[in-house]
Amino acid sequence: MEKLQETLHETWHFYRRTLVLVAKGSRLYYAWCFSLMVIIAAGFFFYLKQHEVGLIATHMTDQVSWGLYIANFTYLVGAAAAAVLLVIPSYVYHFKPIKEIVVLGELFAASSIVMAILFVMVDLGRLDRFWHMIPFIGLMNFPQSLLAWDVLALNGYLFLNLLIPIYLLVKFYYRKEPNWKFILPFILLSIPMAVAIHTVTAFLYNGLPARPFWNASILAPRFLASAFCSGPAIIIIIFQIIRKVSTSRIEIEDEALFKISELIAYAMFLNLFLLFAEIFKEYYSQTVHIASFKYLFEGLHGHKQLVPWIWTAMTMNVIAFIIFLIPHTRKRLATLNLGCLLVIIGVWIEKGPGFVIPGFVPDPLGEIFEYMPNLLELIVSFGIWATGLLIFTLLMKVAIPIETGKFTHTEYKREVIPPRPY
Amino acid sequence: MENRKNRHFTRREFLRDLSLTAVAGASLPMLASCSKDEAEDFLQKHFREMTSEEKKRVIAKLEERYQQKYGRKFQISTQEAVPDTFWAYGLELSRCIGCRRCVYACVKENNPSRHDPQLQWIRVLRLKRGNLINLEDSEHYYNPDLVPEKGFVYLPVQCQQCQEPPCVKVCPVHATWQEPDGIVVVDYNWCIGCRYCIAACPYKGRVFNWAEPNIPKEEINPSVHYLGNRPRMKCAVEKCTFCIQRVRTGRYPACVEACPTGTRKFGNLLDPNSEMRYIIDRKRVFRLKEDLGTEPKFYYFFEA
Amino acid sequence: MRVFYAAVTSLFLLFFFVSSALAVVEEYTPPPMTEGMYPCSNCHASMEVNRKKRELKEEHTDIKLHHAESMRWCLDCHNASNRDKLRLYNGDLINFTESYRLCGECHGPQYKDWRAGIHGKRVGYFAGPGKRTYYLCASCHNPHDPKFKPIKPERPPHHPREDHDGKSEK
Repeated sequence: MEKLQETLHETWHFYRRTLVLVAKGSRLYYAWCFSLMVIIAAGFFFYLKQHEVGLIATHMTDQVSWGLYIANFTYLVGAAAAAVLLVIPSYVYHFKPIKEIVVLGELFAASSIVMAILFVMVDLGRLDRFWHMIPFIGLMNFPQSLLAWDVLALNGYLFLNLLIPIYLLVKFYYRKEPNWKFILPFILLSIPMAVAIHTVTAFLYNGLPARPFWNASILAPRFLASAFCSGPAIIIIIFQIIRKVSTSRIEIEDEALFKISELIAYAMFLNLFLLFAEIFKEYYSQTVHIASFKYLFEGLHGHKQLVPWIWTAMTMNVIAFIIFLIPHTRKRLATLNLGCLLVIIGVWIEKGPGFVIPGFVPDPLGEIFEYMPNLLELIVSFGIWATGLLIFTLLMKVAIPIETGKFTHTEYKREVIPPRPY
Repeated sequence: MENRKNRHFTRREFLRDLSLTAVAGASLPMLASCSKDEAEDFLQKHFREMTSEEKKRVIAKLEERYQQKYGRKFQISTQEAVPDTFWAYGLELSRCIGCRRCVYACVKENNPSRHDPQLQWIRVLRLKRGNLINLEDSEHYYNPDLVPEKGFVYLPVQCQQCQEPPCVKVCPVHATWQEPDGIVVVDYNWCIGCRYCIAACPYKGRVFNWAEPNIPKEEINPSVHYLGNRPRMKCAVEKCTFCIQRVRTGRYPACVEACPTGTRKFGNLLDPNSEMRYIIDRKRVFRLKEDLGTEPKFYYFFEA
Repeated sequence: MRVFYAAVTSLFLLFFFVSSALAVVEEYTPPPMTEGMYPCSNCHASMEVNRKKRELKEEHTDIKLHHAESMRWCLDCHNASNRDKLRLYNGDLINFTESYRLCGECHGPQYKDWRAGIHGKRVGYFAGPGKRTYYLCASCHNPHDPKFKPIKPERPPHHPREDHDGKSEK
């Protein structure tokens, strides 16, 4: 009982001190947080309008009933799964440069999952009935419905990616050795969980015989391959920004970034190869089901809206692959960053709108409706991205000083930076 | 020194709480912005879990609400499936002339939204002769002066009431299920509007209320079934229910009665004397997209 | 034991009567006559019968026969001596309310399907304590020109997002 009281007291003390940490920062920090909050407010305001009128305020129709929100959701679940590419090198292979930043990567995964969950929430027509999905309180259709699985998997992964970093950070704050017997199983569990969340998301598209564009066994591997390209690319960019702006002078070695980029090279190869396999199957067999591919890559009956987008994405992916493949370009930060940007945008197009929309075109009765998100959807989407960035910023504001040893319990002198306990 | 620090802390804490809890707190104004009706509906149970007392209360509440909104006395039935019935539909493609009388008879009977958005449960496709299965070349918006047009075949499609319904499988909250008499129904008050079922349906049988439905008061049909044609609300999915309010009392569905060429047939598969059993025994019936394993109960056939 | 048999028998009879009471009552629509035409004997009782196959010039000029007109004419179906009746092939006379028997003589498969309820139109109740109304052949097919004429279709559905500016669907 006393131990529990002590733990609670410690947690409360930690929480209060993090509030102070988060509230104070450089001018750049204030400017960044303020502009994010402006975008969040705009997104929230437009969402209220959508909530009032109904989803008719978006540009979705019976023909294309999922749009920008679900496209972003798919992409962000992939980005979250990418944290596993940091967890495996650090905890399984004990690769030191990545070990130092794995906690930040896990917090990135948590922010990404929060964004994904928010995108699903704004897409729901009746958010006030969300409680129908809670197991035991509502009536969850488990195990038949893949959406039910997705709810459980996403929340489980979010829980893990908050529990592990926060536990480790709190222990480091108090200069206490983490109880590895307690936390290591969770860490090891997060590895298959990362694969699981993205596989479940792939399966929820995959299991629909009504949509031949999605009903391909190759979907889950393709999702994972593209996730392991885009997620780490975002991580690389973010870590360089952190390295530059953080007042705590955190040491993120270039070695870590280059290792991650090497993993991206493999993942991108797999992504391109699987895409090529799909294209061959469709264009060689030439069944009726090629219609969605035709719409995406060539245009169908004169409807060509997505064609320039997908070809831009393909070009970006191929160029990025070459950049990541060649060690010379991979190990130079300038070209590495270019490659990362190309991957992030290219995979977003390919996996977001370039995946969700062609599944609905043509619709099961052959009708073609060309969907383009309207202003409301764009602003709500920006609002959610800003929310995720803000959450990540605030988490970093706490985590980095702890990692560098600058933010510790007041018992310890500030000048002494003790060795890391793990 | 200590006091100044504490004051500083309190102000900042307030600001920080405001921003960080924005996401969590967003749900509260959303709930507050719901109308009082929706707040009452918030805790309503799933239809299948309601006791008969609760059902009666819900029906009374709905009747009152509809009376206020549409000015008509509604009769909301909750009649259960008649024992030993398994409904099936027949459509004689050789006789469909594409006049769309069925579409509008259904609209008149089943109270869907008329505009913003316009919801129709039946869609008639026009196909060129020589082609039946590849629906990609179908025309939905044909509008000639007279039908039938030469060289074309007309194929009406609506919810096929599958025996292995993909929509039921994917609904995350069990808002849609198959009744014992074979009709796939939706509890409109339980649906969360995720539209997964619309993505899963191979026949575009389901449509979505993208906004609060617009039904002119004088066109309302007040004899409704809770799971069928009662007026819906925004962001709930709806679909053809084989006119559940009619067939459970033994009446033909509205589209069957409206067809001027006698194309549409309806019957009970478990009754050996029914029209549907006659058709299946003697005519060459087929079903759409049978290769998907959905086992629809909508049988198309040709005579000539 | 006798009580048991009595109970069973009475239950059976009850079920039988109740079920037959619950059986659907079938009826047919009335024959679609032009107003004022029937009974035909009002004019034809006093007229001479002219069995020559010809085009009618004085009366019934609005009827254009497009129904096997190369092989048949009016008096092959309408009974010559009593115009209030129709004439079957074997000479039997039937009322206009039973005109389907005449149609069925040539159009056997359609007649069989119609009797079973799968050709043509029925409205009302197909089960339960209601009435099923069969439409007569002549209600849909004009016996003199049975082929369906093309009709004007109802309006096509709105294109997705077309009716977004609130135009009513009237």
